[in-house]
Amino acid sequence: MSAKQEFKYIGRKNLRPDAPDKLTGRALYGDDLTLPGMLHGRVLRSPHAHARILSIDTSAAEAMDGVMAVATSADLQDMEARAVNVGEQDNNFKSLTRNILAREKALYHGHAVAAVAARTPALAGEALEKIKVEWEVLPAVMDAEAALAKDSPVIMEGLMTKGLAEEPTAPSNLAEYIRLERGSVEDGMAAADVIVEKEYRTGTVHQGYIEPHACTARYDESGHSTIWTCTQGHFDVRAMVARLLGMAASQIKVTASEIGGGFGGKTTIYLEPVAMILSRKSGRPVNMVMSREEVFRASGPASASVNRIRIGAKRDGTITAMQASLTYEAGAYPGSAVRLGCMCVTAPYAVENLLVEGRDVLVNKPKVAAYRAPGAPQAAHAMECAVNELADRLNMDPIDLRLKNAVKAGDRTLYGANLKAVGLIECLQEAKNSPHYQAAMSRDEGRGVATGFWFNAGMQSAVTLNMNADGTAVIVVGSVDLAGTRLAMVMMAAEELGIPPERISINVADTESVATNSASSGSRTVFATGMAVVEASRQLITDLRNRAARMLEVSPEEVEWQDGSAVHDDKILSTAEICAAAARTGGPISASASLTARGAGPGFAVHVADVRVDQETGRPEVTRYTAVQDAGRAINPPYVEGQFQGGAVQGIGWALNEEYIYNEEGVMENAGFLDYRMPLTSDLPMIETVIVEVPNPFHPYGVRGIGESSIVPAPAATATAVSHAIGVPLTTLPCSPPRVLAAIMARDGNPVSGPG
Amino acid sequence: MTKTHVTATINGETRDFLCEPHQTMLDVLRLELGLTGSKEGCGSGDCGACSVIVDGVLMNSCLMLAVEAKDRTIETIEGVAPKDKLHVIQQKFLEHAALQCGICTPGFVVSAKALLEENPDPTEEEVRYYLAGNLCRCTGYDKIIRSVLDAAATMREEAR
Repeated sequence: MSAKQEFKYIGRKNLRPDAPDKLTGRALYGDDLTLPGMLHGRVLRSPHAHARILSIDTSAAEAMDGVMAVATSADLQDMEARAVNVGEQDNNFKSLTRNILAREKALYHGHAVAAVAARTPALAGEALEKIKVEWEVLPAVMDAEAALAKDSPVIMEGLMTKGLAEEPTAPSNLAEYIRLERGSVEDGMAAADVIVEKEYRTGTVHQGYIEPHACTARYDESGHSTIWTCTQGHFDVRAMVARLLGMAASQIKVTASEIGGGFGGKTTIYLEPVAMILSRKSGRPVNMVMSREEVFRASGPASASVNRIRIGAKRDGTITAMQASLTYEAGAYPGSAVRLGCMCVTAPYAVENLLVEGRDVLVNKPKVAAYRAPGAPQAAHAMECAVNELADRLNMDPIDLRLKNAVKAGDRTLYGANLKAVGLIECLQEAKNSPHYQAAMSRDEGRGVATGFWFNAGMQSAVTLNMNADGTAVIVVGSVDLAGTRLAMVMMAAEELGIPPERISINVADTESVATNSASSGSRTVFATGMAVVEASRQLITDLRNRAARMLEVSPEEVEWQDGSAVHDDKILSTAEICAAAARTGGPISASASLTARGAGPGFAVHVADVRVDQETGRPEVTRYTAVQDAGRAINPPYVEGQFQGGAVQGIGWALNEEYIYNEEGVMENAGFLDYRMPLTSDLPMIETVIVEVPNPFHPYGVRGIGESSIVPAPAATATAVSHAIGVPLTTLPCSPPRVLAAIMARDGNPVSGPG
Repeated sequence: MTKTHVTATINGETRDFLCEPHQTMLDVLRLELGLTGSKEGCGSGDCGACSVIVDGVLMNSCLMLAVEAKDRTIETIEGVAPKDKLHVIQQKFLEHAALQCGICTPGFVVSAKALLEENPDPTEEEVRYYLAGNLCRCTGYDKIIRSVLDAAATMREEAR
């Protein structure tokens, strides 16, 4: 399946250039920069889930010794509701400016209302207590069903639903209605022998990056302001802050620090414009960092959802129709990933009759942010659990059922794209043949299988490749390295140039040192920025050959590039020799490539989970797990495996434990890592991986994105395993011990009151 | 507020600092002593990104008051590696690709060191339970556990 022999470096294990700094504590993250005279900023947050701001009095805070500046929404201009695509989700600036600092109303508990910069963090905290806000508390709307009820309070005044067949006559909390359709679902259902129809629910979950949002801003009245921040896309930070504050992009230099996890949640901004305002008002650099509690209450999360699925199938497993109705919470402002969920939900299946509806619904929770394949895991949870139930009903192996209906090259997706080379069938076969799937289970275990799909993105990348006089190279990229992408770039350049990876260094440059790059999101970095690295490398080789030809006094066509050297007959000039002579052959040797990458190959994954359930306590435990995924081409296999494993475990957390728990006032009650329970070392087995390589024809090495498909099947595979372990289909995530125990008790005829 | 004068041995060096009574050891390490390798992921002792070894005992420095450091010996991530190379644990993390974003890595390295000082030959289960106070959101832990087991084997070999 692999063609590793063709390559000298690609597909082999190499060591990450940035790892030693991260292993020794030298690497600098969002909160690790200290500037002379730096102040510390803190944010005052709404104590109410929904309340009108009648007045804010900051005078007592401003009068305190050591308090240098105070900011409120009065320091931000109001903005038009123009949608701007940033990262993977739309942002509109009317919402964004209100999310940064609440304007007319606070829309969730923890919504930023004011901010203070002071000499120390403690002093800033004391100053927050002196700010007086007069509130008119409004009823909070805490889930999509309540928000869609006829008598629900309207969270965003004047919000008219987009996408309805008939123009809405009154504002509501339904921001958008989406409908995708082909064939006739009713005809398909009529042709079915078996119909599965079910409703599924998922809770609000957080991306859970270990590094809280943090930044340091320094305003410069002469037009050289700087921001240091942990972000997935520093060019997007520059664009958003500039627009919010009425500055030109050229007046702000953004440096991306090392980033301690993002998973989509660091494609937007929270603190950066506030720190810049405080710096402007105080004349000093301002550092801001969220506490973990603030991260939970005011950043992220991913949508809770209610999803109805209907599938019709023939007795032989041929699916005749699929219907999905997805309702996602957007949080306080429109813009959940429900559209992406709608586009993904049927993608693994070659089915004629499809109807998918989506609803984007406002609730009094934080505005959702992208989270690893945004929108896809919730949709896949519903669809894949329903497909597993169909397999149970048909008494058919769940992988065979999927193989019978799997999409392949040439199939058209519901969202319109024609699939080129895709690896779903290969992944299903590998999963079926895996030692895991062949192994027997113990009596108290259950097994679940699920597939997952993600589009993968291309977007914009620009790189520069500079040669040094000793023949070593420097790659300058503008793509933030979330998890080892520097290494992949170095390996691709090494492969092209024929220089060992150790002789190539790589720099993630600030916004003034490389051309614009889209954020590291959409699993695009190794695909798109890698493509630019390959293109720049090829340009560089042309230049090196031309220079060698001059040195050898022959024509460039007579010079070949072989293994890092220019060769003409028996004459060989090494890269180092050509670079040493650069001053005489035309000056510094450098190449740049910039592109909008097309042809990001979609990625399919198939997961197999075994779960044991303690029948006395309802506690599920994953006992074995296998992640199979099409990587197109694995540039550096250990890091590809790492993406599969990390995605799988986030999905396991989503399935078994993670959820925001709200009280009746709309206050999250578990805003800390003790009670928002992410998977620990002691919860898990090793995560087995199978890398499938169906090369993406649009990338020079066949790369397709891998970071996001890896989470998509996990919640469904895990939840199905729990269901099979207890013999009761569970439809609500997380399958936490109280919920599983309640299902066991009900199964045994001893119903208890539980969280349902 | 009156500051307290504290003297402690940090990474083998005698260090003096002034701190306020409410300040955590983590704050002093990061803000006063310039040791930013210890990270604050939660501030409540749940994530382990600020792990340090105090008089031989693994601690979350976010749960320790700086004034408690008086006359004690503290080892942070900055003190783990010998001057010109990586510690075996760090080398194994590098070789096994056991880090992605790297924010939790210092805490894991310090915790693993404490584990292997206590128990040079741990089982996989023992490693998993010892490191359960360190959260990683990127890796799913697989490669971290393998690195620690491999480091343990190498260290036992070297100690022979």
